[in-house]
Amino acid sequence: MTTPIIETRNLHKWYSGVHALKGVSLKVERGQALGLVGDNGAGKSTLINILSGLHRQDDGEVLVEGQQTDIRNPKDAMGLGIETIYQYNSMVPLMSISRNVFIGREPLKWSIGGFGILDEKKMREDSVKAIADVDLHLRSPDALVGELSGGQRQGVAIARAMHFKSKVMILDEPTNHLSVKETAKVIGFVKGLKAQGVTSIFISHNMHHVFACCDRIVAMALGQIVLDKPVSETSIEEVSEKL
Amino acid sequence: MRRLFKLSLQKPELAGALLLLVLVIVFQIRSDYVFLSVNNIRGILGLLPETALVALGVTLLMICGEFDLSVGSVFALMPMTMAVLVVGGWPFWLAVGAGLLVCAFIGFLNGWITIRFDIPSFITTLGMMFMARSLTVVVSGGFPPRIRPGEVPSWIFAGFVDDGGLIRASVLWFIGIAVLISLLLSKTNFGNWVRATGGFMPAAAAMGIPTGKVKIACFMICSVLAGFAGMIQSLRLNSFLPSIGEGMELQAVAAAVIGGTALAGGVGSIIGGLIGATLIRVIDNGMVMSQVDANWFKFAIGALTIFAVVGNAWLRRRGRAMKVETDK
Repeated sequence: MTTPIIETRNLHKWYSGVHALKGVSLKVERGQALGLVGDNGAGKSTLINILSGLHRQDDGEVLVEGQQTDIRNPKDAMGLGIETIYQYNSMVPLMSISRNVFIGREPLKWSIGGFGILDEKKMREDSVKAIADVDLHLRSPDALVGELSGGQRQGVAIARAMHFKSKVMILDEPTNHLSVKETAKVIGFVKGLKAQGVTSIFISHNMHHVFACCDRIVAMALGQIVLDKPVSETSIEEVSEKL
Repeated sequence: MRRLFKLSLQKPELAGALLLLVLVIVFQIRSDYVFLSVNNIRGILGLLPETALVALGVTLLMICGEFDLSVGSVFALMPMTMAVLVVGGWPFWLAVGAGLLVCAFIGFLNGWITIRFDIPSFITTLGMMFMARSLTVVVSGGFPPRIRPGEVPSWIFAGFVDDGGLIRASVLWFIGIAVLISLLLSKTNFGNWVRATGGFMPAAAAMGIPTGKVKIACFMICSVLAGFAGMIQSLRLNSFLPSIGEGMELQAVAAAVIGGTALAGGVGSIIGGLIGATLIRVIDNGMVMSQVDANWFKFAIGALTIFAVVGNAWLRRRGRAMKVETDK
């Protein structure tokens, strides 16, 4: 048996008296497309925020590739190869695509103490390549992200994660507020991840979206995991009942 | 037409530049062609670097999504600190360094308090505006320090550099600093972080940018520039008064906004702030030269500020509407 790429052991989290996570233990296997479902307040976001470094657990352990780790901030998470794509979009609308792709990880021509001159040529070329790799076709890396549609933005976010060789991609409600056509596109991106061997955790309210691209379903309710089955052994009805 | 829209969306300082051009022509004609005379340009160039340096810092900070009302007071505090130290026997350069350090510390406090306690910088810096002004008077002990002409090398900052007596050293300092800040914003990773932080903070934070530190750095740069500008003015006039720079904070905001900087952050350019500051100086001077009652100056700046914000908001709405059309 291979070591799971991410494993949590007995995670607990309290928010000012609310017990948001009640001992969550979860193993995510390499290359898996895991669908995480649950109602509002079920603890999905809390779990994800811990894995992506936005919050820290109050109790319990996180293991990445078998190693016990301490994820203190988003930078740590990204360093471990865990990249999160948020529902509100992790992009700055008024900045260009190439600048957005490299936010916080800019290639520099030269630098002193972490500060330096941007390599804008490399940023442009690499972002064009990264976007083409996820089968998204955009006119120019200099276009503002604000000019893109919701689905295209998620595409750029996924391209960014791929460019930085993420091993695990967490997609937090990536299909929220998207049209049917755009949703299909995003689901296509997620399927593409599996083909490239990237592990993904797909969070959604919408069962149909999760069933369309995941091979394992984990359902949460009231801070606990209430169902964990391969997609072939369960149905939307069964999952809905558990929530 | 669409291309024009797009251009003005990407270059929000363009409208300001056009207005500047028009005003220069109008003032030149209305003033019987003395507006662009050497003597008058000397007058404008004397004051411009001082306003513009403050505006640069405020523009940078606004792009980062924050606000500084204390720049006018820091403008007075820095030269006062320096002068008191010089009178107290400190070497000039050490006193300059100490003065700038005081500014940096005030900027740090502005930023740290704003971020640590998660309060609007409008309030933090409003408080700091009163505190720094008060400190200026306290430091001076109620009597402005006197430095004899020639006692300190003022010429390095405020002396004329050409034989004709047109350009002061302050203009060169200003140009140098403006180029530097402009490059910092457009060509470095720090500039990318500033824009991301001001543009959409949750995204910047999620991508691992230390948004708090970025903001504090901008607060510090802003304060240091304001203090530096105040020092230039004091050395130019060779008088160290606790009252200089009053009202400057709002002129600087007006300059930034007129130059196309968005109040909400993320949008703006250093050149825009510079154009805004130049517009303010040109209007001030041009109205006098055209024999318009000078009391209309503040009215003009106020009206222009509102007009600029309304205009930019309208452009952005039009820009969004256009985008929807192209998606079809």
